[in-house]
Amino acid sequence: MGDIRYTEQHEWIRVEGDMATIGITDFAQDQLGDVVFVEFPELGKEVAQFAEAAVVESVKAASEIYAPASGEVVEVNEKLTDEPALVNSDAMGEGWFIKMKINAPSELEKLLTEDQYKDYVKELG
Amino acid sequence: MRYLPLTTNDRRDMLNAIGAKSIDDLFEDVPPAARLEAGVDLPDHLGEMEVERKMTELACRNVAACNGPFFVGGGAYRHHVPAAVDHLIQRSEFLTSYTPYQPEISQGTLQYLFEFQTQVAMLTGMDVANASMYDGSTACIEAILMANRITKRSKAILSGGLHPHYAEVAETTARFTGDTIVRKAPAPEGQENLVDLIDEETSCVVVQTPSFFGNLHDVTALSDAAHEKGALLIVVVTEIISLGLLKSPGEMGADIVVAEGQSIGNALNFGGPYVGLFATRQKYIRQMPGRLCGETTDADGRRGYVLTLSTREQHIRREKATSNICTNSGLCSLAFTIHLSLLGEAGLVKLAKLNHQTAVELSEMLDGIDGVECVTSSFFNEFTLRLRKPAADVVDALVDRKVLGGIPASRLYPGDATVEDLLIVAATEMNTPDDLAALRDALTEVV
Amino acid sequence: MNVQQKIPTDESQAVEHLDMADGSKGLHQEEPLIFEIGRTGKTGVDLPDVALTKDRLGGLARKDEIGLPNLSEPEVVRHYVRLSQKNYSIDAGLYPLGSCTMKHNPRLNEKMARLPGFADIHPLQPQSTVQGALEMIGELADWLMKLTGMPAIALSPKAGAHGELCGVMAMRAALEARGEHRTKILVPESAHGTNPATASLCGFSVSPIPATDDGHVDTAAFIEALGPDVAGIMLTNPNTCGLFERDIIEIADAVHDAGGYFYCDGANFNAIVGRVRPGDLGIDAMHINLHKTFSTPHGGGGPGAGPVVLSDALAPFAPMPYVVLQDGAWRIVENNGNESFGRMTAYHGQMGMFVRALTYMLSHGADGLRQVAEDAVLNANYVLEQLRDVMTPAFVGRCMHEALFDDRFLNGTGVETLDFAKAMIDEGYHPMTMYFPLVVQGAMLIEPTETESKESLDRFVGTLRSLAEAAKSGEVERFKAAPVHAPRRRLDETTAARKPVLRWQPHK
Repeated sequence: MGDIRYTEQHEWIRVEGDMATIGITDFAQDQLGDVVFVEFPELGKEVAQFAEAAVVESVKAASEIYAPASGEVVEVNEKLTDEPALVNSDAMGEGWFIKMKINAPSELEKLLTEDQYKDYVKELG
Repeated sequence: MRYLPLTTNDRRDMLNAIGAKSIDDLFEDVPPAARLEAGVDLPDHLGEMEVERKMTELACRNVAACNGPFFVGGGAYRHHVPAAVDHLIQRSEFLTSYTPYQPEISQGTLQYLFEFQTQVAMLTGMDVANASMYDGSTACIEAILMANRITKRSKAILSGGLHPHYAEVAETTARFTGDTIVRKAPAPEGQENLVDLIDEETSCVVVQTPSFFGNLHDVTALSDAAHEKGALLIVVVTEIISLGLLKSPGEMGADIVVAEGQSIGNALNFGGPYVGLFATRQKYIRQMPGRLCGETTDADGRRGYVLTLSTREQHIRREKATSNICTNSGLCSLAFTIHLSLLGEAGLVKLAKLNHQTAVELSEMLDGIDGVECVTSSFFNEFTLRLRKPAADVVDALVDRKVLGGIPASRLYPGDATVEDLLIVAATEMNTPDDLAALRDALTEVV
Repeated sequence: MNVQQKIPTDESQAVEHLDMADGSKGLHQEEPLIFEIGRTGKTGVDLPDVALTKDRLGGLARKDEIGLPNLSEPEVVRHYVRLSQKNYSIDAGLYPLGSCTMKHNPRLNEKMARLPGFADIHPLQPQSTVQGALEMIGELADWLMKLTGMPAIALSPKAGAHGELCGVMAMRAALEARGEHRTKILVPESAHGTNPATASLCGFSVSPIPATDDGHVDTAAFIEALGPDVAGIMLTNPNTCGLFERDIIEIADAVHDAGGYFYCDGANFNAIVGRVRPGDLGIDAMHINLHKTFSTPHGGGGPGAGPVVLSDALAPFAPMPYVVLQDGAWRIVENNGNESFGRMTAYHGQMGMFVRALTYMLSHGADGLRQVAEDAVLNANYVLEQLRDVMTPAFVGRCMHEALFDDRFLNGTGVETLDFAKAMIDEGYHPMTMYFPLVVQGAMLIEPTETESKESLDRFVGTLRSLAEAAKSGEVERFKAAPVHAPRRRLDETTAARKPVLRWQPHK
């Protein structure tokens, strides 16, 4: 289990070596409601930190997902194409969006720790 | 005023209930400089009889297609619309309802849209269709923008057989979106080389069949050539009845088919409202513009319909929407779907044959006239004649003989000397043998 | 869905019993898809069957079947009549959809649009043969320009959003003619989604401007955001909260001082027609939804029409075609329009809608149109006042043509805006507009329009009051279950979007 960090836009990132897995938090999936579609970036795309990396759609909303760290997209969660409901049922696990090869681990220090994120969500009510 | 139910007493009582002294109190946020104390300089209200008299007087100063032999086409065609169509679309529940955003009390609209989408997909030979667009020309530019999104390229190649208005709409839009449009010169005889223009920057090739000049095209090879370079093929159909007799664009490898659906169920209406048809492959549905109706179930498990995939649309995506379109051509699509239901497979095929047969007969009658040559080798119900004289003059001379004889190509290509002598003539099931003879005789006289 | 209750004893009975056991109840009639009732050997039209002795199809004849069903006329008529009975309509009841303006559609307008002299003329037949039609268009243009106090008009846009596109294109063309490349358009957060979508389609970036707590655009923020990179603003007035923007002249002046243009979204023109001319407010372009203010029918989602009035600054860039009166003859200019930015659609625009709108205007006249605005505003304020104590108005004070409520009155009841709206269906009403504008929590936007009588408003108010009280008294289950008296209960939109089924397929 690697280190998990969070953004204020409710993305999470789990880092193991230079590989990172990215998804949205349980709080985010709850706010979105039933997820119906996830639009992925192309494999090999270079994404800057906090730039748009994917789009998640529920019945009534569409939200951009921003990359918590910069790097290259190396894998997308194809399972979500047929089963977008996984984002709702297991946002932090099977409902992950993309895997990236990150190139500046120091960027992670700008992100929230688990405790900081919990406090942040509590403040949002 | 017959349309306003409030009485003077009602207004007084309601103002009292609100606690306002006069109606002016309710407009107090309007800056004083902008308050129109005296009203606008226009006439006061009229009774139904007076309005009807005035509008009828204006209508009578036009030569309607029903007034004499009529052969004008060019993307809008005069066909017979069964009486049941107009009766049904004027039912209150269709005419005076809003977009079906509350599906529980809009199943009538939603189910016919689902049927419409199915009919359009079947006719065009495609997987799916949307719930209609404004018209064929706006559907065409939406298809180009969609191809640009899919291919992440921005150059569209337009055939010289594409309706000039459609090409102009595409050019106008592209000027603002920053996309590139390569438009070929008019191709009245149907021969042009589009394949050599397709390169790695090309997002799509747009070709119309039957073309603006009437030519039929087998686009299979063009489709292969486009796909080889990673581009899409958009096929435009402005006479939808032709698909009763012709191989569908889907069968010839189209990726997107757009069409003008006016010919089925809708009157000429001097150009609008019409109904744009838009169909594509299953894999592109999330890139489609416009409304989509989908099947689902209700809380009791009964089959029902809803507007779906609306996250593509402007009310959710705002500046990131696939299109800014907020409406479809509802009632015109209903007229289309009812007329096509009345026709059925058998009726549509018969109607298409009748159109073709009439046009073939007419072309043979006219082709023999001294100074007239038919330049279209294969066509459906419209073809192009090369005349000894400028076609615009001939059309005016035909008007003097009570015949509306077609469209001079120069009207749509002003200043292009190569098309000055071309006359585009359409024939439909509405033309009688007497009509055909009247055109032959009048044309013989004036050419 | 066909639910068969009894197992018939033989084949012939099976066919007869299908219709009896299909779930129909009274006027709630179940109706299969047209593809499920058609068969071969029938037709709804009688056409001669010509044998094509010599075709000119160049070998492109269709070989396979299309798959369309065949039905007789009575079957087709019954099918669509039964479908129609599943729709709510303004003819059947009050339709309080805020910002959509569901008012009575006079049938004279329909009759006039079907006169052969308007309906049976071709857009490309010689102009000498359509002088009455061109004059009709000219007269409509004159009415719209006088009502708005604007010097020019583009008639061809096919709907409101198409009109927005026209206005923003004219703005950009005018800037380009000045040799300027401005990149940004300011749009209030409360704006309709078409505004940012249009600006973006025209190559501009969109800067959202916040609203103040009283439902108006934040004037200071607006003026602050202006600058040499701002092409213009898009502002709705009266705005989407149903309020007149008091500072509109100040905003217009500031935009012009900064070298930008002012696009006004005219979706709510019906609230001020005859009392205020947008031209006097300093706007440069505004679309007019003929299907709202001038009552061309909504038709279940279209067709609309969105003519755009233009200021002197933008007029030269108007799209083609347009009509002009020269030496006593009407002419439609289709090509070579000097500085015109181009063409937005084939042909000349929504003629059928023009006829209906002019008929409506002639019927009302200047006096009647002013009364339209006054009664629309009076009716909305009356509803606002009568519901003030049981629902929660989003803002203090009066409104224009629509009354906006938020969901605070439902706090703690377990009932949400959506449930409240669905419960209205069970009481015989179409719901109001929900969750729009986005700047108000759980928004409910009610636009009664001027064509509702006081008696109708009183009944409507009575229904909403009793629903509000029911929500507060804990009848949450009734709201969650609603609607139960409609042709369908709530539909599963999630499955529809996850696994889209967009057409019928044979042999399912």
